[in-house]
Amino acid sequence: MMDGIWLGITTALSGYNIFMVAVGAFAGTFIGMLPGLGPISAIALMIPITYGMDPSSAMILIAGVYYGAIFGGSTSSILINAPGVAGTVATSFDGYPMAKQGYAGKALAIAAYSSFSGGTIAAIFLLIAAPVLAKVSLSFQSSDYFALMVLGLTAVAAFAGKGKFLKAAIMTLFGLMLATVGTDADSGVSRYTFGDINLIDGISFLLLAMASFALSEALINIIENRKVTKEEKAALKKEIGSLKLTKAEVKTIAPVIGRSSVLGFFVGVLPGAGATIASFLAYGMERSIANAKEKLKFGKGSLRGLAAPESANNAACSGSFVPLLTLGIPGSGTTAVILGALISYGIQPGPTLYTDHPALFWSVIISMYIGNLILLVLNLPLIPYIAKLLETPRELLLPLVMFFSLIGVYLVTFNTFDIYTMVLFSVVAVFLRIVDYPMAPMILGFILGGMMENNLRRALTISDGSLSFLWERPMTVTILVITIIMLVWPLISQLLFGKIAASEDN
Amino acid sequence: MKFHVGRICKNVALAACLITGFATSSLASSLDYIHFLIPGGAGGGWDGTARGVGEALTKSGLVKKVSYENMSGGGGGKAIAYLIKTAAKQKNTMMVNSTPIVIRSLQGVFPQSFRDLTLIASVIADYQVLVVRPDSKYKNWEDVLKAFKANPKNVKIAGGSSRGSMDHLVAAQIFQAAGGDPKSVRYVPYDAGGKALAGLLTGEVDVLSTGLGEVLEKHKKGQVRIIGVTSKKPFDGIPSFISMGTNAYFANWRGFFGAPNLSKKRVAALQLVLKKMYSTPAWEVVRARNGWTNLYQPGKKFRVFLENQEKTIGSLMKEMGFL
Repeated sequence: MMDGIWLGITTALSGYNIFMVAVGAFAGTFIGMLPGLGPISAIALMIPITYGMDPSSAMILIAGVYYGAIFGGSTSSILINAPGVAGTVATSFDGYPMAKQGYAGKALAIAAYSSFSGGTIAAIFLLIAAPVLAKVSLSFQSSDYFALMVLGLTAVAAFAGKGKFLKAAIMTLFGLMLATVGTDADSGVSRYTFGDINLIDGISFLLLAMASFALSEALINIIENRKVTKEEKAALKKEIGSLKLTKAEVKTIAPVIGRSSVLGFFVGVLPGAGATIASFLAYGMERSIANAKEKLKFGKGSLRGLAAPESANNAACSGSFVPLLTLGIPGSGTTAVILGALISYGIQPGPTLYTDHPALFWSVIISMYIGNLILLVLNLPLIPYIAKLLETPRELLLPLVMFFSLIGVYLVTFNTFDIYTMVLFSVVAVFLRIVDYPMAPMILGFILGGMMENNLRRALTISDGSLSFLWERPMTVTILVITIIMLVWPLISQLLFGKIAASEDN
Repeated sequence: MKFHVGRICKNVALAACLITGFATSSLASSLDYIHFLIPGGAGGGWDGTARGVGEALTKSGLVKKVSYENMSGGGGGKAIAYLIKTAAKQKNTMMVNSTPIVIRSLQGVFPQSFRDLTLIASVIADYQVLVVRPDSKYKNWEDVLKAFKANPKNVKIAGGSSRGSMDHLVAAQIFQAAGGDPKSVRYVPYDAGGKALAGLLTGEVDVLSTGLGEVLEKHKKGQVRIIGVTSKKPFDGIPSFISMGTNAYFANWRGFFGAPNLSKKRVAALQLVLKKMYSTPAWEVVRARNGWTNLYQPGKKFRVFLENQEKTIGSLMKEMGFL
């Protein structure tokens, strides 16, 4: 193995491959920043270029594009509330409020530091244990995934603060309902399509996210039309591009990044989970372990709420290389495209990849350190300029946001029906937001709903309709117990410590 | 909260202008030109087939220029309807499709069938296989069949698409050909082929129904074991179901369709370039890269093949209660 790693180091450090990782990381960040264009489109664009290249260089380039796009994807989530990939939805929960409060530069810097750390920590795990981790990838069955999705849903609690519980619950349910539109995998029957063929594939995540976040945000801005005063503008200018973090802030986010990276990596290793689930779980976990005072900040611009999903999604993205390289199993659309590329280079990933093609296997992992470093060095100096995007006059910025979100959705399917649906959803979202219903629980319910239902029904088919799968596997039981603890803990802690805290106050 | 209708209109209009400007593209027309209509998004199987064929045709100089258009929606129905509606303008267009066009038109997902289009040719095929873990209690097809006949509930079969789609139907067809009841096949649907394979390897299911191309290399490396293939003859040492006495043949073809009433001359020209393509080195590169098997059946031959497939799948679906 040491020989392999050494071969990987020498391959990855060749001038050409360092150039490739830089090109990949840069192209990925740039494409990922555009709302609507995620890692799949970025990689699909690069594949034709890689034909004829040495497979190691090609994979280094493609991997760079992948984590570069995840890195860049947070930018549009933070600046204009337009998460172009499901993995950066949780980033917008606290990132966008921060930007709105005038801390865009700081939010982008935290995202960059978190992404860098997440990616690097994950690369260390990959280097030490990639071949062994294949076993972890195959340790989760449908019932465990079901439990994991239920755990993910507890993140909704973050939006249920102060009298909003019912509203958050209603929106979650709404999201779960939207997830049922389309062909039901378990019976092959179309549900809620009203006989329209455009709905048989269901509603796409991108469409719903763009409509309920970016498009409705732009519309609300137009409706409110609040004039920004000169003083506010001046204050905004001073702060917006500042990257400075205080010592206290660094101290707050450092442990968050550590925890979330480890969690994100292991969730990323599971082929049925991935970056999205990882970011939601990290967000939910961080909120549950925060004290009462910090808890209130979640969803309103919490540093912890931003650092957690950003480290988790990058760590998960590197983690997804475990099942891809060691088993040849893609856990997401993006890794499926990468698998296709690998096969077209004549390389079949699997348990013997690191002995058959050691140069490729190890150099891709080593290049991840270099790539993450390049991303950080490239992006930090650019942040003040990127953040200045918010200083664009609103007459220009808002139509551009609308244009890019509509185009982003249209370019995926080339189906005009999607544009109409999107406009409809954004109008509904505007009304819901005016009456103060939160959008985040809906998108959470929508993303988790489909996976939760499929895994539940699969588990039921496998157990011949018996609910016994809920308690037969230790993994399922463990995750469900954690879920229950997370739900009940606030009550218990209030009962136990609430009085003490109150008496201390007195 | 104040509403500013004028401003809303202004902004919406500006955005609309940008979009129409972006979406309008010009249509070139020449005899040396093929336009590929792809009924699904970038990166899928249809997309790969069209772009692969396009690459081989241009690199070998058989066609001067090609262009691609992705149009997903309605399981491919959107593109079929579009091709029929705009037939007059589509003499250079070839739409890629595969077995699902037969299944989905039987299901009534879309009202059209392959009969409403001009059949150009099938180009490649992939056979279906049943797969087990290397350490599985099932050594071969006979073991699986024995367990199935003892109690069908105990043989859970994974697939990468929903109930009633190809992975399910072909598995049912195989058990039916062996004298079993296709309705009693316990099918466990996964979101994608890769996830179904993960399901097999975690041990929650014992058999996987998938395409040969997806698992052939894994079989050779000993990561999984293929116990049977739906080709007529054994493939690369893998026994075919027919060779084991189970009369189940199935080829998942991919091929091209033209707009309705395409002129005979044009169809013949398109078939000729496709036929010539097979002997070019450019095609061999594309084919080998993707692990495809050639299956060239032009016009009438293609029609007979599709009619047979429709009959087999149709009666199977009827028996299973999907129709």
